[in-house]
Amino acid sequence: MNLFSDPRWSEAVAHLPDYLGNHVRVSVTALALGLAVSLPLAIIARNRAVLRGALLGLASIVQTVPGLALLALFYPLLLALAALSLSWFGFGFSAFGFLPAVLALALYSMLPVLRNTITGLQGVDAAILEAAQGVGMTPQQSLFTVELPLALPVMMAGIRTAAVWVIGTATLSTPIGQTSLGNYIFAGLQTQNWVFVLFGCLAAAVLALAVDQLLALIENGLRNRSRIRAAIGGVGIAALVAATLVPTMSRSASSYIVGAKTFTEQYVLSALIAQRLQAAGLSASSREGLGSNVIFDALVSGDIDVYVDYSGTLWANQFHHSDIKPREVLLAELKATLARQNITLLGELGFENAYALVMPRRRAEQLGIRSIADLASRAPSMSIAADYEFFSRPEWAGIKQAYGLPFRTQRQMQPDFMYAAVASGEVDVIAGYTSDGLIAKYDLVVLEDPRHAIPPYDAIMLIAPKRASDSVLREALQPLLGRINIAAMREANLRAAGGDGASSPDAVARWLWDKIGKR
Amino acid sequence: MPAPPLIGYTHVGKTFDGGRDAARVVAVDDVSLDVAEGEFLAIVGGSGSGKTTLLRLANRLIEADGGSITVEGEDVRNVDPILLRRRIGYVFQSGGLFPHISVAGNIGVTPKLLGWPAAEVATRVDELLDLVRLDGAQYRDRLPHELSGGQRQRVGVARALAAKPRIVLMDEPFGALDPLTRDALGDDFRDLHRKLGLTTVMITHDMTEAILLADRVAVMRGGKLLAQGTPAELTGSSDAYVGELLRTPRRQAERLGALLPRDGAA
Ligand SMILES: Nc1ncnc2c1ncn2[C@@H]1O[C@H](COP(=O)(O)OP(=O)(O)OP(=O)(O)O)[C@@H](O)[C@H]1O
Ligand SMILES: [Mg+2]
Repeated sequence: MNLFSDPRWSEAVAHLPDYLGNHVRVSVTALALGLAVSLPLAIIARNRAVLRGALLGLASIVQTVPGLALLALFYPLLLALAALSLSWFGFGFSAFGFLPAVLALALYSMLPVLRNTITGLQGVDAAILEAAQGVGMTPQQSLFTVELPLALPVMMAGIRTAAVWVIGTATLSTPIGQTSLGNYIFAGLQTQNWVFVLFGCLAAAVLALAVDQLLALIENGLRNRSRIRAAIGGVGIAALVAATLVPTMSRSASSYIVGAKTFTEQYVLSALIAQRLQAAGLSASSREGLGSNVIFDALVSGDIDVYVDYSGTLWANQFHHSDIKPREVLLAELKATLARQNITLLGELGFENAYALVMPRRRAEQLGIRSIADLASRAPSMSIAADYEFFSRPEWAGIKQAYGLPFRTQRQMQPDFMYAAVASGEVDVIAGYTSDGLIAKYDLVVLEDPRHAIPPYDAIMLIAPKRASDSVLREALQPLLGRINIAAMREANLRAAGGDGASSPDAVARWLWDKIGKR
Repeated sequence: MPAPPLIGYTHVGKTFDGGRDAARVVAVDDVSLDVAEGEFLAIVGGSGSGKTTLLRLANRLIEADGGSITVEGEDVRNVDPILLRRRIGYVFQSGGLFPHISVAGNIGVTPKLLGWPAAEVATRVDELLDLVRLDGAQYRDRLPHELSGGQRQRVGVARALAAKPRIVLMDEPFGALDPLTRDALGDDFRDLHRKLGLTTVMITHDMTEAILLADRVAVMRGGKLLAQGTPAELTGSSDAYVGELLRTPRRQAERLGALLPRDGAA
């Protein structure tokens, strides 16, 4: 099969105007802001050794912070600022998406611009500076007609470096809610859609190269006093920005935004919700790959309208409860807590994505094991594997307290490998996720938890405060409630992890709707 | 009563910080010197004797820390240094042309700063290119690095003259040139000086050049003004260094006379 006849290429191309447009806008804004701050700072600092050292030091420190962390740090910072501004001045702003991405990226662009501008200005021959003074220039005239033009090549090299860095790092702004070419990469990595990963990387690289070359053209034009070349470069950049603004501007602003976290199931469910909204005549789009700490706040502030979370996650991570309650009680309390923030818990989808102890069905039947309690007497001769955090989570402490389970060995593994390891007998039991498609694929069985040691993780649909009284939205989503059983979700997840055209979240979501809609 | 000097130094001193731990350098030490209107003064002296420093004090590229300096009768401390520099032509020791600006742009820089209309600047540039004997059509739009060393120095002189200054300060304007060009350029400038009624102060290492071009010669050594006067007056100086300086050209000429056949004929 031809590599490019894969339908995922055309799906990727269909997303391009949106992803590329957002990517260019956030990068260009960040770069412009970075330049607007760095250039004057560099000019002020060039003859002040202390300030110069402090600035370059600070910018270097910023540069050592990994891009992903820098972007992630700006989110809570802005959230706090927004809250302050709301209580002091009576207006808030969105700490989600564009703003934190622009600020973090602008900060990221500063080092090369600062360093090269200062180096470039300091590199101007002292004899030339003296001549500028000698012919009667004011310090300003000397700066603008002599020093800056002479430093321009070095400065432009810094600006080009900054542009390439910003465009590359902007792919990491997806988890804080800024749509970018990173959407391809994050979604592709999660759903094993290598076409998307490749497409995203290529698009970002081509964009970076194009901007770099346009800037080179401007630089070349300025240096050789060729107005034409400088103009072509300038027009090129302007055209790029304009071209990316047009398609996104024309989109209706009133569309519903469906959030999704960074794993496969979430991509499928957000696609499913978006499809249901579109079927009801509403315009809807997905905002995918959001960090799980970001997505709830994004709902609170109305940056997204609806998404699927899990009861136990909210209970423990968002509301910091450490006790485990029976599922109905927990859901009811959660619903009441959420209602106080004017968030609607519309209902459960019908399945759980919880931690669970899992083993091969045949082995379990041979040994007569149906529940975790049955496992207790066998544990001393068995081994267990789990992901990197499970053994330090409250779930594991709860299980041990309720059942004992003195396993012979405990191993930590990459989640993708756990299922194969238990299926092949390399380990006897794993702590898996109940909705994982690999459970069906490897014919594994989830052991029951008769003492309710593991908190419930019901998939629940949440609606933003600003849509609280939106009956059209509720009606469009109603058909999904209670309809997705664990078997259907597992199969959907398994399909979405497949490596072919039918495995895109959209395709899987359509399949899932066919399956549950018919009942 | 004689006319007041166009440039007057009275007990001028300048000391530089020698850097981190070096001793302070007395670059100009209690110098009193007058330059009359229309005069061509040459300053000679060894390297580091304070010639450049003395020249720069006049247009406030360097501020004096003792004594007083007048230009056209005014104490320079009371004059805006930017405006002062725009009315004094200055030729830099190293040329000092702006490498990113064309020959025309370099020459026209001060008139432009003074707000002359563009057309007038352009006419003036062509005049000056003529004056320093550079073909305008050929050189006007070149960048400095596209010129020979001698052509660059001509442009440096043209730039100094562009805004029609009454005073021109020149720091080794003809250094680093082959002897023929140097000679020609020196003579050319001497003519310009007379034709335009300039007051010129020129620094040179070369005593012969100083004697041939200047009305008067000032001799600097270790920041001090050792002697000043016409070449004839200087020959009577009792100072050994001044005497040695003045004897050098003659001795060279005599040796050359002995070595070279007369009239260049073999
Ligand atoms: N900006 C400065 N800072 C410190 N010292 C200086 C500075 N400018 C000049 N000097 C010192 O002052 C002294 C006189 O320097 P100046 O440039 O006037 O000499 P000069 O006679 O022009 O020499 P040359 O013939 O080599 O050009 C020298 O010892 C020099 O090192
Ligand atoms: Mg000198």
